[in-house]
Amino acid sequence: MAERFTKSMARNIYLGGSTFFILLFLVLTFDTQVRAMPERDNRDQLTEQVVRGKHVWENNNCVGCHSIMGEGAYFAPELANVFDRRGGGNSEVFKAYMNAWMNAMPTNVPGRRQMPQFNLTDQEIEDLSSFLEWTSKIDDNGWPPNIEG
Amino acid sequence: MKYESQRVAMPYFIFALILFAGQIVFGLVLGLQYVVGDFLFPEIPFNVARMVHTNLLIVWLLFGFMGATYYMVPEEAQTELYSPLLAWILFWVFAVAGTLTILGYLFVDYATLADITMNKLLPTMGREFLEQPTITKIGIALVVVGFLFNIMMTALKGRKTVVNIVLITGLIGLAVLWLFSFYNPGNLATDKYFWWFVVHLWVEGVWELIMGAILAYVLIKITGVDREVIEKWLYVIIAMALITGIIGTGHHFFWIGPPEYWLWLGSIFSALEPLPFFMMVLFAFTMINRRKRNHPNKAATLWAMGTAVMAFLGAGVWGFLHTLAPVNYYTHGTQLTAAHGHMAFYGAYVMIVLTIISYAVPIMRGRPYGNSNTAQVVEMWGFWLMTISMVFITLFLTGAGILQIWLQRIPESGEALSFMATQDNISLFYWARMIAGCFFMAGLVVYFCSFFIKGQASFDEEVRGAAIQDV
Repeated sequence: MAERFTKSMARNIYLGGSTFFILLFLVLTFDTQVRAMPERDNRDQLTEQVVRGKHVWENNNCVGCHSIMGEGAYFAPELANVFDRRGGGNSEVFKAYMNAWMNAMPTNVPGRRQMPQFNLTDQEIEDLSSFLEWTSKIDDNGWPPNIEG
Repeated sequence: MKYESQRVAMPYFIFALILFAGQIVFGLVLGLQYVVGDFLFPEIPFNVARMVHTNLLIVWLLFGFMGATYYMVPEEAQTELYSPLLAWILFWVFAVAGTLTILGYLFVDYATLADITMNKLLPTMGREFLEQPTITKIGIALVVVGFLFNIMMTALKGRKTVVNIVLITGLIGLAVLWLFSFYNPGNLATDKYFWWFVVHLWVEGVWELIMGAILAYVLIKITGVDREVIEKWLYVIIAMALITGIIGTGHHFFWIGPPEYWLWLGSIFSALEPLPFFMMVLFAFTMINRRKRNHPNKAATLWAMGTAVMAFLGAGVWGFLHTLAPVNYYTHGTQLTAAHGHMAFYGAYVMIVLTIISYAVPIMRGRPYGNSNTAQVVEMWGFWLMTISMVFITLFLTGAGILQIWLQRIPESGEALSFMATQDNISLFYWARMIAGCFFMAGLVVYFCSFFIKGQASFDEEVRGAAIQDV
């Protein structure tokens, strides 16, 4: 670096640059959370049941194998669109599917990846299904590219 | 070592390395579960092993950062640590809490763990990397507050160097951002947005300050280059890191709900995120080329160059590969993400901790010029085995990811293979990754062996300047 570029100039770029971008980030966060998200995350349908379902999702560490909106582990299928993939977009079909699926685990097929039996109650399965259905309706800029997630 | 209290770094480094070994063991379990699906099922299901693998990584890096800080801050400030006793107490609190949490993951069913730790009162569990029971999260916060108090009391009473200021700024940022781990709204989209305030703003924000400060410190010590020059570089690097990295958070906001302008902001700023890492490569190599002394601790020099290069490749190049929104649309949440994560964490954060360990531990063991030549050669074998293995792990996961995208993501609905069918088709890459993982483990064993070789390096004719002269 040229001698004319001094340490205090470097420090000023650091302080000024980081302050500016922290402030910009806060402004963008405000805009995203306050203006944009209510239009996009269908929060008017965010019922108590959906929130209970989120806790079932969390208390059983589902994200330790699955991804949801592409985030999580990559060991088992994406679940943000499982309502469309397995339920065909129909709540009743999806709940019936979930009930059958959760109770059939694990498959115990030798050598295959196994999903544990979580011993969820019927109510918990229904809550979880509502949570996944609600999640599938968040406007996520058209991701994933196809139904397979 | 100029101050007796720096020695408190030793237990932190030792415990960090023990947890590192645990992390790799569970990494091998996971790698095998990818191809032998029912391995260890139902005793250790994949989600448990993964939680142990990632949480051990986070905790041992925190131990490493704390050890580095306890070693560096007194020497930089030219004063004894404010309270070595507090540092010891916090060590045991953190070590016991961390161990209990990991044992809880392994021996208690996760839902039961959530229940007995009263997650209901303040639900924070069950989110990726933030799986710790709420009580552990509070414990981490308290340990970090006590640690920062001790460090700031030390720094404030002594010389204020740029290395100390940058390091402590990074650590304060780490503590403040950790508070977002307690925010878990019922709205998944909001939850995810602020979850990234911990995850992204740690690893692509404040941790880069910590890494930069440790690298700068080690370079000052091993090259003898004038502090003014090194500090100027450090400022430029961390300026680049924050200018690109903060808005670069947007590359995580593409597909989780936030509006479309993040597609542009996230793409543009994160495309610039390789810059600070590229600067680190230039920094390390320029300083070593302009060295005023040949420090006999060649192993530490190798780690310092290695961390810069591997961080650039893993975080910079592999990050850039899939960061542009039109590309990320197809790559998001595939094995490509896993490939990037592995090399970035190893290159930037594992290797920077191993750099400071390589430099500081011999000194604390009474070997001011470094370990004996034999020990250094063994350590360098460890370096190359682990680093090359990680390159192969990354390449195999990249291959798996590209195939996964080709089979599962690119075709239209109806023609695309399902997730599980795709996994079967790419298992060859998972087997190859598993083999590379075994070589990594071998490298770790070799690395550990280097600690048990006696003898030390001496002040020899190669040394141009005094290797332990104060700067």
